[in-house]
Amino acid sequence: MNLIDWLAEPLQFDFMRRALLVSAVAGLVCAVLSCWVTLIGWSLLGDAIAHAVLPGVVLSYIFGLPFAVGAFLFGGLAVTLIGVVRDTTRIRGDAAIGVVFTGLFALGLVLVSKTPSQIDLNHILFGNVLGVSDSDIAQVLGIGALTLAVVFYKRRDLTLYAFDPVHAHAIGLRPKRLGALLLMLLALTVVVALQAVGIILVSAMLITPGVTAYLLTDRFERMLAIAIAVSVSSCVLGTYLSFHVDSSTGGTIVLCQAIVFALVYLFAPRRGLLANKRKRRTATSVR
Amino acid sequence: MTAVTAKGVTVHYGDVLALDDVDVTVERGRICGLLGMNGSGKSTLFKSLIGLVKPDRGTITLHDKDPAVARREGLVAYVPQSEAVDWAFPVRVVDVVSMGRYGALGGARRLKAADREAVDAALERVGLTDLAGKQIGELSGGQRKRAFVARGIAQDARLLFLDEPFAGVDKRSEATIVELLRSLRDEGRTIVVSTHDLAAVPALCDEAILLRRKVLLHSDIDTALSAEHLGRAFGLDGAVA
Ligand SMILES: Nc1ncnc2c1ncn2[C@@H]1O[C@H](COP(=O)(O)OP(=O)(O)OP(=O)(O)O)[C@@H](O)[C@H]1O
Ligand SMILES: [Mg+2]
Repeated sequence: MNLIDWLAEPLQFDFMRRALLVSAVAGLVCAVLSCWVTLIGWSLLGDAIAHAVLPGVVLSYIFGLPFAVGAFLFGGLAVTLIGVVRDTTRIRGDAAIGVVFTGLFALGLVLVSKTPSQIDLNHILFGNVLGVSDSDIAQVLGIGALTLAVVFYKRRDLTLYAFDPVHAHAIGLRPKRLGALLLMLLALTVVVALQAVGIILVSAMLITPGVTAYLLTDRFERMLAIAIAVSVSSCVLGTYLSFHVDSSTGGTIVLCQAIVFALVYLFAPRRGLLANKRKRRTATSVR
Repeated sequence: MTAVTAKGVTVHYGDVLALDDVDVTVERGRICGLLGMNGSGKSTLFKSLIGLVKPDRGTITLHDKDPAVARREGLVAYVPQSEAVDWAFPVRVVDVVSMGRYGALGGARRLKAADREAVDAALERVGLTDLAGKQIGELSGGQRKRAFVARGIAQDARLLFLDEPFAGVDKRSEATIVELLRSLRDEGRTIVVSTHDLAAVPALCDEAILLRRKVLLHSDIDTALSAEHLGRAFGLDGAVA
């Protein structure tokens, strides 16, 4: 089979065209958010939100609402609870995150087990991008476009918030509000990514593109561009590969991202492992 | 016309009393040194002044205004302690200085031609024009401080708070910063500088505050640097208040 067939064959199928669209859009939105999220140190918050939306997804299903509604509400609930637990006790932030998201995730598991069959837990946990409905696609595109538009408009404020919230405060801006905005955008992004890779692997989509790009550049705009390129190409390639080798789509996408990260980790021109070794060797030989 | 007034400011962190009934008045157009040993409450006083820490008691005004109003009017600039900055963050020097303009811009913080000119002028003034495109962490300790001062200049702040600007800075850079701050003072700006590096104080400051949870002394430099007062502030007499 030549390359053209390899690329063209899956496109005959409607489900593959949808899958490619959804995973590319999810890859784009996640890549953009990942740059701010990893720089601030919120990497695990994305994972927590993803787990915490499970009861929301189940309840949406039970009440016949769009999945995004329940998912977003529970994402917001999780973030609020984490903040409350952290601020009103002596518990540290990471533990507050752990308590809240596992509790909500467990609630979701119980709800699934007590709900009349049709909900496929595997699809929620591991994604079901090959079976997305029209309504799913509409939600992903709508939320993705909204998220990207807000991020684009507020990008300078978000970077200021990530770099120096004290300065933001000193010049009369409201860093707490900027943080809340970013959390909301993060929750929306999680909702988009759920469709592509499922709850378990959302955090990879929200971390790997950003950290890969961070190893390659010192410029924020370039970091965004690289993260987007890495993420979208991994999503498209992963979807194709999963078709041809008949593997889990979400798993294949994230594996592609992880492989790109590993290559960058080893071979990045300035911050890669080998470059660092070389630098150290030169430094010693000079001495 | 005062630049800073604090009356009866008391701050606790949990059970730790960090500031105890602190009264401070600084007139406009002065450079005031805030001297005290580690843990004496210097950073806490700065944080209270810019409204980052809410005092349990006491009142603060900046330029005779409510601090929130002063902040919104762009009067206040803060140069953080080095440890408080992520030097690996992917921003360039020019990006950092540009952030000084954000308060006066629209929601998207798009810089206009006049803003770019102000940023360039600030970079020029602190001598970082050639390094404007560097990532902030690539600068030396002294250059980093100057970059943050340039941000305050681009903002046209009237009040500059500098927390430990001389930590990790060599003598030559220190002299450059001192000269820069004095020229800003000569334009009528007010500068409060915390330091436990006393060597820089005589060349820089017009007056000094000795802080040790309380204000021990607020006076001219010679008095503040006398052995008797320094001893009390830096605990050489062993009396922990
Ligand atoms: N976030 C915090 N939580 C609890 N205690 C704190 C906090 N920040 C400061 N402290 C305590 O308050 C006191 C004053 O600290 P502060 O940082 O204001 O001192 P400082 O004079 O700036 O010291 P340094 O010279 O080390 O910067 C210290 O005892 C410190 O341990
Ligand atoms: Mg301090």
